[in-house]
Amino acid sequence: MSAGEVKSVVRFEHVSVSFDGTPVLKDLSFEVPEGEARIILGAASSGKTVLLKTAIGLVRPDSGSVYLLGKDITRMSEREMFDVRSKIGMLFQESALFDSLTIEENVAYPLLNHKAIQCPAEDVERRVKEALHFVELDQTLARFPSELSGGMRRRAAIARAVVTGPPLLLYDSPTAGLDPITAHTIMTLVIKERDLTNTTTLIVTHRYQDGLLMANFRYNPDNGQLVPARENGHRPQPQLRTRFIVMREGQLVFEGTEAELEAVQDPYISKFRKQGGG
Amino acid sequence: MLTGAALRNVFRGPHYSDDIILQMDSIGVGSLLIVVLVGLFTGATMTMQLARALAQWGQQGQVGTAVAITLVRELGPALTALLVAGRNSSGIASELGSMKVTEQIDAMRALGTDPIQKLVTPRLIATCVTLPLLTIIADFVGLFGGYVIAANLVGVPGTVYWRTAWRALVWIDVAQGLLKPFVFAFVVALVGCYYGLRATGGTQGVGRATTQAVVMASVLIFVLTVFITRIFTSNLISSS
Repeated sequence: MSAGEVKSVVRFEHVSVSFDGTPVLKDLSFEVPEGEARIILGAASSGKTVLLKTAIGLVRPDSGSVYLLGKDITRMSEREMFDVRSKIGMLFQESALFDSLTIEENVAYPLLNHKAIQCPAEDVERRVKEALHFVELDQTLARFPSELSGGMRRRAAIARAVVTGPPLLLYDSPTAGLDPITAHTIMTLVIKERDLTNTTTLIVTHRYQDGLLMANFRYNPDNGQLVPARENGHRPQPQLRTRFIVMREGQLVFEGTEAELEAVQDPYISKFRKQGGG
Repeated sequence: MLTGAALRNVFRGPHYSDDIILQMDSIGVGSLLIVVLVGLFTGATMTMQLARALAQWGQQGQVGTAVAITLVRELGPALTALLVAGRNSSGIASELGSMKVTEQIDAMRALGTDPIQKLVTPRLIATCVTLPLLTIIADFVGLFGGYVIAANLVGVPGTVYWRTAWRALVWIDVAQGLLKPFVFAFVVALVGCYYGLRATGGTQGVGRATTQAVVMASVLIFVLTVFITRIFTSNLISSS
């Protein structure tokens, strides 16, 4: 095992995925070291969501290898994958809350079903309440997902993703379809989680401004707001820990820092930058 | 593959007994009224038709025999399975299909649960338990419907009707009548689950999966009826 395998939380080596003969990911290679964030940008159908699902083992690669938390998950059985997945939190695109369960039951679900977590029954309620307090949804315990707004559902899904305290969090379009204020609230929660627990984070998004927030802002626990990261010596240069990946038709066409992305002249890549600036 | 995985999960944990009971209530108790009504009116209609046909040979008194054999061997299992397929294969396909297109199935896997263990196996067990019971009820209610018509419209005394019906049935009829719903239970549950779990394309995809599940389950029930009947009648056919 190389030193890179130990340090990387996620590592893709020449991963290709196809559905019914149509290539969706083509020879993808990248790694995410512990504590860093990757912002995955790309147009619709560029393979962003499949990339996340491959990272958590929901989609199996046709070729190449995926390493997660130092383990090669490429050929793991579904049962073996459950142990690995217990260390990962994932926010799905449409929240994917179980609509027949209450918010409390939804958030408790990973605590009760991940065998590897073994959360004592008496601790479940406390941890669920803590997770819902984290996303400021304390009053929704007994409500069903259909009774919540889109933004509240997204926050409840974040609570479900973080309730186990995973070292790796995957967010699939956390701000898609939300108004700017709600989108900012969601990104505040994502950055709050990153800064308070030093979680490794992968975010799929088509909004460049989400990446800019991740790269340049930190969570201020005193007022619960985002503040520029370089103020008062807090987390100097966190943008070095946030890198951008741009996907195009299943291929990784760019990986680098915000400054490197700003310098790229490729029309496809600069399109996301203009979107952020607008 | 789905059948193999669902059966394997019957013998290994975790077992979701709450889900099994919930599904038994939904599939079994939920289908009871419609099965009773259809069984009753099928028995009544058959009695009227068969009595008319038997009257040509002066054998109206044997109407109980004809009704019992037809109901217990064929119509009871097939009609009950078709009703449950229409009601539950579609329900299962739409429920699982909705979960699939809203990524709840993926979320389940990501959160440490095998969807086949949690969703498919309980529905299969519940259908395997309730469909034979529903078929027995349908057979009995159908015979009762036949009795009402035989006694009141055809003029066959009740005792004659019940005695001929009872004598007509041998153990192989009962075995056939119970094997069929057990096999049909696999069809009803697994076809619904299969089409639900492979649904794609939003609400339109869920609708398509639901329709396909009902059509496929209904066709398979008829096809399997022929095969099972062929097995049970092979001695008769080969000796003639």
